[in-house]
Amino acid sequence: MPGAKTDTIKLNIGPQHPSTHGVLYIKAELDGEIVKNAEPQLGYLHRAIEKLSENRYYHQALPAVDRCDYLCPNLNELVYCMAVEKLAGIKVAERAEYIRVIMAELHRITGHMVWAGSLVNDLGAMFTPLLYSVRDREKLLDLVEKISGSRMFPNYNRFGGVKLDIPEGWLQDVLNYIDIQEKNLVDFRNLVESEIFDVRTKGVAKLTTKQAINFGLTGPLLRATGFDWDLRRDEPYSIYDRFDFNVITEKDGDLRAIYNVRIAEVTESFKIIRQAVKDIPAGPICNKVPSPLRPDKGDCYVRIESSKGELGVYLVSDGSDKPYRLKLRTPSFCNLRAVQELVKDYKLADLIAIVGSIDIVLGDVDR
Amino acid sequence: MSPLVRLLVSLAISFPLLLLNVVFIIWFERKTLADIYGGIGPKHHGPFGLFQLAFDGMKLIAKEDVIPAKADKMLFIIAPFLVFVPAFMTFAAIPVYNNIYARNFDIGIFYIFGATTLIPVGIILAGWASFNKYSLLGGLRSAAQQISYEVPLLMATLGAVMLSGSLSLVEIVKAQSKVWFIVLQPFAFIFFFIVMLAELNRAPFDMPQAESELVAGYNVEYTGMRFAFFMFGEYAMLLVMSALVTILFLGGWNSPIPALNGLVPGITWFVLKTYLIVFIIIWIRGTFPRLRVDQLMHFSWKVLLPLNLANLLITSAILTVVYL
Amino acid sequence: MQSWHYADLVYMYTYIAVGIAFIAVALGLSRLVAPHHPSKVKNEPYECGEVITGQPWIQFNVRYYVFALLFLIFEVETVFLYPLAVAYKTLVKTMGISAFIEMGIFVVVLGLGLVYPWRKGILKWV
Repeated sequence: MPGAKTDTIKLNIGPQHPSTHGVLYIKAELDGEIVKNAEPQLGYLHRAIEKLSENRYYHQALPAVDRCDYLCPNLNELVYCMAVEKLAGIKVAERAEYIRVIMAELHRITGHMVWAGSLVNDLGAMFTPLLYSVRDREKLLDLVEKISGSRMFPNYNRFGGVKLDIPEGWLQDVLNYIDIQEKNLVDFRNLVESEIFDVRTKGVAKLTTKQAINFGLTGPLLRATGFDWDLRRDEPYSIYDRFDFNVITEKDGDLRAIYNVRIAEVTESFKIIRQAVKDIPAGPICNKVPSPLRPDKGDCYVRIESSKGELGVYLVSDGSDKPYRLKLRTPSFCNLRAVQELVKDYKLADLIAIVGSIDIVLGDVDR
Repeated sequence: MSPLVRLLVSLAISFPLLLLNVVFIIWFERKTLADIYGGIGPKHHGPFGLFQLAFDGMKLIAKEDVIPAKADKMLFIIAPFLVFVPAFMTFAAIPVYNNIYARNFDIGIFYIFGATTLIPVGIILAGWASFNKYSLLGGLRSAAQQISYEVPLLMATLGAVMLSGSLSLVEIVKAQSKVWFIVLQPFAFIFFFIVMLAELNRAPFDMPQAESELVAGYNVEYTGMRFAFFMFGEYAMLLVMSALVTILFLGGWNSPIPALNGLVPGITWFVLKTYLIVFIIIWIRGTFPRLRVDQLMHFSWKVLLPLNLANLLITSAILTVVYL
Repeated sequence: MQSWHYADLVYMYTYIAVGIAFIAVALGLSRLVAPHHPSKVKNEPYECGEVITGQPWIQFNVRYYVFALLFLIFEVETVFLYPLAVAYKTLVKTMGISAFIEMGIFVVVLGLGLVYPWRKGILKWV
């Protein structure tokens, strides 16, 4: 009411809250329903992955790195392996590159789908969309289990290749999975893209490209503002330059644009996997790696495009058999930075949706 | 039958009927939702998990009753009463057949709307009394919601009242023996259905509870039986409002197929139609995300209210032409 | 008041009484069965398990007060529409077209009451 004196309330959202994607803690300041300030507080899922890795041999750090982003663990492994390979000058077996790409894209699909499901959950739907995507993820986990022996944390990549060769019929399973997922994606979109979803997402948390770059946002959040940037195409790593796929951009930079980008990227991942399955050569799956592995003194930074943005590893070697320093540049953490600015003057309900749209995986944020 | 005996009999029937229906609706909702999202739902106790609710009830009775130290104890205790009692009150006015009802009030519609207006008051009290910020926000959202839905709700009912010329629910159903009001008042039906969802605090208008942002909204601090009565009141209202839609627009106990008139008892149709509405409400909950509270308010003041007024004018114009 | 109106009231109050009694009995039963071990932490309000800053009972900014004021007016007006609606058929038969005109005036005035704040631009969350 103009002229009337009103107070703001300081509200703790999280860590024990249904929609903070784990244990994020947001200190919010509300004026009525409107968010005046929201500070994310981190550290509730800190497992010291970087420090742990410094006290282990290079290959022993793999399982730890796996557990960063627990929705797409394979991407974490991939970037760590690439960093070690670059530092130690190890060449990767041709067949393994293809397997790596297939695995990475499979995990990207599930990362995007689970994100989309939980976004709708944050917008207040029942579990239906989330469980639709989790149901599909279940099939993917079966595939991962078949090839690596483990469901959630495959620990599958090795320096110079991968751990095990493809089991018989696995490639066909992958193609079947994609076919099913493609059908389910249509289903999912029919379910989710309702009028209510439109009014809740369009125009919410609008970002310009400049803002996004200033915040250091990467991945779908950046592409949703219209900036055409994808490391898979612009700085091709592994064998991504051999595949034909599009980089999806949208103009609006709001929640709806982010959603559109991610859903379209799932389709692009289908394309990449289909090409990889077609082209995969025979041959060894892992090159010989000196044991114990002692890279020369030096450092390197390797980055890949994860489902959430730029996932980088900064690795320093002092010539011993353990990493001197392992720094993970995780996209969730960097993108979370934008929340505080984005949510200002939006409603409380939007705050939850905006935090959800960033695609934070708390394991990835806190490491 | 002496009036006193009639009163007691009506109580003796309607009270267990309410309990059974609420228990069944909760079971029905859990099963339907489970079907929608690909789960199983309750299955361990009794056939198809039908006795699940009995065990839930036992659990809730045996739960510790916690009242926060700083809460306003008086209001905290009153709030569940204000949610459950009106829901039970309205049950007195619902007719299920020509001559089967607890009481055929002359102003049945007023009675029901008057009683249900109390429910948000209970919710606001609960939100305020809990000394909890989430509850407070939930309670105020409930107030916002009542402000939004109440006028369109009353307006949407006017069509049916005009066509039947009565406020008695029995008379309204009798007026539909030839044509149901959903045919004569299709828009009023749609408006009524939408605002009814808001009245019931059901998805996509479940902002007072808004699990994803307010955890459980106004009933965050409630435990055990007190919590149970909030739920109970809510599901009782779900039943009552579904029955009201059936009475106002779907022809109540009138048979949809004229050939079956008299063969199938009218009460069967009434129950089937009511549960059809219940099913649709559950279906919506399983499908849609939630609107924001200001969006609901703008929607109902800037879209529903003008449309309702227009509907009213058109209806009266047509009636004038027909009866002149 | 007719005699059956008193009967209406009897029904209403009986239902209220039974509703209250049901809750009271259930709460009493729960009191017999349920444990009761209050502790300081348990009696704190829930706020996601973090230390609470500030309190909820403050001068809260209710952002929809314009709607609340309008609501009061419209609610009363709508209730006045009901008698007219009930009697509308009879009115048309006896009074003819003037019944519609009266209804129209009522509704249009109500509509103007909505249009005025809308055009003023105050029909929104502040």
